[in-house]
Amino acid sequence: MDFGFVSQMLGAAGPFLRPAIIGLLIFIVFNALIIASAILVLAERKIMGFMQQRYGPYLVGPHGVMQPFADILKLLFKEELRPKGADKYLFTLAPVIAVVAAFTAFATVPFGAETTLFGLLEEPIKLGIADVNVGVLVVFAVTSMGVYGIVLAGWASNSKYSLFGGLRASAQMISYELSYATSLAAVIMLSGSLSLREIVDSQSGTWLGFVPQWYVFLQPVGFVIYVIAGIAETNRAPFDFPEAEQELVAGFNTEYSSVRFALFPQAEYINMVTMSAVATDLYLGGWHSPLIPTEYGWIGFLLKVAFILFAYIWMRWTLPRYRYDQLMQFGWKWLFPASVLNLLVTATLMLYFNA
Amino acid sequence: MPETLLFYVLAAVAVVASVLVIGQRNAMYSVLFLIASFGALSGLYITLDAPFVAVAQIIIYAGAIMVLFLFVVMLLNAPQEDAATWDRTNPLRRPGIGRIGASLAGLLVVQLVWALGRIAGLGEGVRAQGDAATLSSVRELGRILFTDYAFAFEATSALILVAMVGAVVLARKESEQ
Repeated sequence: MDFGFVSQMLGAAGPFLRPAIIGLLIFIVFNALIIASAILVLAERKIMGFMQQRYGPYLVGPHGVMQPFADILKLLFKEELRPKGADKYLFTLAPVIAVVAAFTAFATVPFGAETTLFGLLEEPIKLGIADVNVGVLVVFAVTSMGVYGIVLAGWASNSKYSLFGGLRASAQMISYELSYATSLAAVIMLSGSLSLREIVDSQSGTWLGFVPQWYVFLQPVGFVIYVIAGIAETNRAPFDFPEAEQELVAGFNTEYSSVRFALFPQAEYINMVTMSAVATDLYLGGWHSPLIPTEYGWIGFLLKVAFILFAYIWMRWTLPRYRYDQLMQFGWKWLFPASVLNLLVTATLMLYFNA
Repeated sequence: MPETLLFYVLAAVAVVASVLVIGQRNAMYSVLFLIASFGALSGLYITLDAPFVAVAQIIIYAGAIMVLFLFVVMLLNAPQEDAATWDRTNPLRRPGIGRIGASLAGLLVVQLVWALGRIAGLGEGVRAQGDAATLSSVRELGRILFTDYAFAFEATSALILVAMVGAVVLARKESEQ
């Protein structure tokens, strides 16, 4: 097969073709995220079925693989309802905010070292859309915008269940964002950089010849805090209070139907992917893995992300939901002090070993 | 001149959104326009080659503080303010209070004019501390913020607290009197 055109377009890094490469990367990442969320819907139901000793979806397509597409087609043909007392502008805007923030957050997440994609390109490209020198913070900032989608959806629906969902989302976000940011700060201190690419590259190499120099080994507490806060930020079980179905019908999206409804789970699944990708970059060495050469590191990156996503689903179907007051107590009285302590210990040890 | 164009677009968004914040009768919309205004300001910081400040603006103001504001507004479930029903007995509606507010606003305008007049000198002072590259680095920013500008830093946080208390007072239901 002749890849002349592709390699010409991607390989020539001239000033005019640069936007074309970035545009192509955005297109690929955008579609990859959509497909990833479809796969996650299926994976979630399949793994749930496995854990509950039943089949899960298996009728649509071989082993039910077409189920997410059937679901989205069904939702497309549903009627879009809007409650009479709902705020018509915000009711429409809310799902858009949620999904736009979810897609945008991935823009500064690098997912591979310089690569020619198996010799497809003449000049190597860096895998990742935008390489910003404050990359970690951009991801953090954009994901924190996503909560407005949920909060506004809850408020604009003019329904008590939705309002409670929105209230819970905002309270949960404030409580867990602090621990999340503090656990990030420890990694930033260790690497001495705010750029995700530099953080990943500071994790290359091994200790004693076989232990990879990943920050998860230097920051085990930080990693656990990051994952817990990340689950709370993406509103996943056991922290899925904004839509706790036994208490609030469906929480913030009770009044939503059709495509507007579909956008919320879509945003949730994309946020999960972003959270896993950032966790991989920060703690699991990104594209630096043992046995995989750095040029093909994106394969290792994808494997790690897939594992974290599996753990996400695994946790959802293993752990029961917390009680709401327990969530707040845990966030403020345990998780946040632990993350501050982790930061202080990290800073002290860094000073001690540098001196 | 794409930068100049970007500046005017972002500045217009910031000003219009800020005006709409105080022009709204619905507290929810005020909060949302304030977020839009913060977003435009963050864009302006990016055009000034200060990506860290821009991102910090989004994380702290638009991301954390405004979520808290939204939470407070939703919790109090502020009804839409109705212009026709003035409550004359409300302590906030007394003429004396209005005069204090007006004089404070006047003071603010005087301060703004004075500060804008000094801007050229201020810019020189900042530039003397280092070029744009060092100024946009997080290390330098932290050092300057906690030494030279410590008072402004603390005063700003007090200002935010005052605004928050104000929001709680204004949005509270007046049923129990």
